[in-house]
Amino acid sequence: MGSDYTHRRWSNLRKVLERSGPFCRPDFEPSSENLQMLLERCKVLVVGAGGLGCELLKNLALMGFRHIHVIDMDTIELSNLNRQFLFRHKDIGSYKAEVAAKFINARVPGCNVIAHNCEIQAKDAAFYQQFHMIICGLDSIVARRWLNGMLISLLVYENGTLEQGSVIPLIDGGTEGFKGNARVILPGMNPCIECTLDLYPPQVTYPLCTIANTPRLPEHCVEYVKVIQWPKENPFDCAIDGDDPQHINWIYEKSNERATQFGIQGLTYRLVQGIIKNIIPAVASTNAVIAAICATEAFKLATSCSASLNNYMVLNNLDGVYTYTYEAEKKQNCLACSQVPRELEIKDSKYKLQDLIELLCERPDLQMKSPGLTAIINGKNKTLYIQTVSSIEQKTRENLSKTLIELGLKDDSEINIADITTPNTVTLKLKFSHNDSISRQ
Amino acid sequence: MIKLFSLKQAKKDGESPKAGTQKKASAAQLRITKDINELNLPKTCGTEFPDPDDLLSFKLIICPDEGFYRGGRFVFSFKVGPNYPHEPPKVKCETQVYHPNIDLDGNVCLNILREDWKPVLTINSIVYGLQYLFLEPNPEDPLNKDAAEVLQNNRRAFEQNVAKAMRGGYVGSYYFERCLK
Ligand SMILES: [Zn+2]
Repeated sequence: MGSDYTHRRWSNLRKVLERSGPFCRPDFEPSSENLQMLLERCKVLVVGAGGLGCELLKNLALMGFRHIHVIDMDTIELSNLNRQFLFRHKDIGSYKAEVAAKFINARVPGCNVIAHNCEIQAKDAAFYQQFHMIICGLDSIVARRWLNGMLISLLVYENGTLEQGSVIPLIDGGTEGFKGNARVILPGMNPCIECTLDLYPPQVTYPLCTIANTPRLPEHCVEYVKVIQWPKENPFDCAIDGDDPQHINWIYEKSNERATQFGIQGLTYRLVQGIIKNIIPAVASTNAVIAAICATEAFKLATSCSASLNNYMVLNNLDGVYTYTYEAEKKQNCLACSQVPRELEIKDSKYKLQDLIELLCERPDLQMKSPGLTAIINGKNKTLYIQTVSSIEQKTRENLSKTLIELGLKDDSEINIADITTPNTVTLKLKFSHNDSISRQ
Repeated sequence: MIKLFSLKQAKKDGESPKAGTQKKASAAQLRITKDINELNLPKTCGTEFPDPDDLLSFKLIICPDEGFYRGGRFVFSFKVGPNYPHEPPKVKCETQVYHPNIDLDGNVCLNILREDWKPVLTINSIVYGLQYLFLEPNPEDPLNKDAAEVLQNNRRAFEQNVAKAMRGGYVGSYYFERCLK
């Protein structure tokens, strides 16, 4: 590829990156190296290749990012084409990530987008660790929480202090109709997804007795069919699949019968589809604004040319344009990011689970009362011991007399411990002293 | 302020990770561990974990010692999803019960299981909510309308219907399996 950073197409970027100015970060050093770094070294991951993802890929590629990966498990549908502009009619049914990557690579010289046609959970820590930052345009809270947990798990602490080199920033964009938000998350340093989980509105639900007995809205009728009639009649012997027109049709017909019965107006096929698939109306211009902000933040982080958004920006363009940026706060007892992993040294390879529990109760800095312990062993959740629930206690009691090694715990294994003395489950990392016979076992 | 390239080092493919090589417990998992460890069951309730390694799926057994349902044994299944506690667990009654707020398919009308769920609530809150349903069945929010009507109009008849259903037998045209302890 060579160093083509003197090329005319970068002349505007060079004005930003090779000069100083009043908006620059104090530690910014104007230099031709900045552009070179962006073009040659910076490696980013775009999560989601939908409405936001298409915008993000286009923006990033055109502003000099060249090592871009994109991950999305979805395939292209007809209804995507109005705003997901990297896709054409012939692409329907193909993977979004793959088609988007091909489009950008063909269109933007020097840019290399690599597609991953899978869900984010299919990738491991080593995959995520290769990126300098992650830019996320998802519509799923579960996926966001997972990614957030992954990035926090990559943090390295040295004597209780966070090593900045282990921080992979997460730039998160989200839109819903005419509303959107963008935020910059520095895992471990500022509020994470879990800290601000309350900001995501809960799904709209209706009291079960209302939908069962006194429905007034078309939504009540659809919910009734979804929650009560489907599990009861199980028409297709499977869970509801919002992408199966037969399923939607069945629900539509049954909801319609119910609406007629109760004299409720306004039930349409689209409404049924919207509720079942939990479709959030997408507005192309909202996506464009949010993606532009996210891409700008990525550029600022990559080049240090300007201070990052601090840290949560909301947009509402329903009635004119309203926007506001504020500093969301880290939650003190956040389940995900408040914990600095603590280490627990185990000197004796014969150390039993019982000994560990006694230690947790006796150590002056812990003084736990009735700790419940779980761990992930060989990729599976394992309940080591929970004293307070008798049905679990009986089944895990035999673990007490086993050594930690017999239970499958190793050096660096993490144990999750719940106890009434701590607001959250705490995680301790086991450190076996190396001077004994552990390695032989 | 973080400086991504302060060390002027590039990340390379296949760079051996320093941390996070192990799977971590999800936030939902950590939270449910806490909920389960702190279950403070009333003496009329018990839990059953078919697989103690799976804290996301379990049963709650309620054996009321007073009220209409005294002497009965009612089993509820709990399924906790990956979005817990943002979303409530799914709870179903596995025992057929003649009850105004529980229908014959096991759906339960309890506000904190749906519209009034909040992430600060716990499994314990739901246990107490369910237990309360047996002490104070609420005819105002019916799921089994027939039962609600009988309760509202004739408590004595309601009491008899409940007893009949728990012993095993027909109430109206519906046959209830025996569920006495
Ligand atoms: Zn947090």
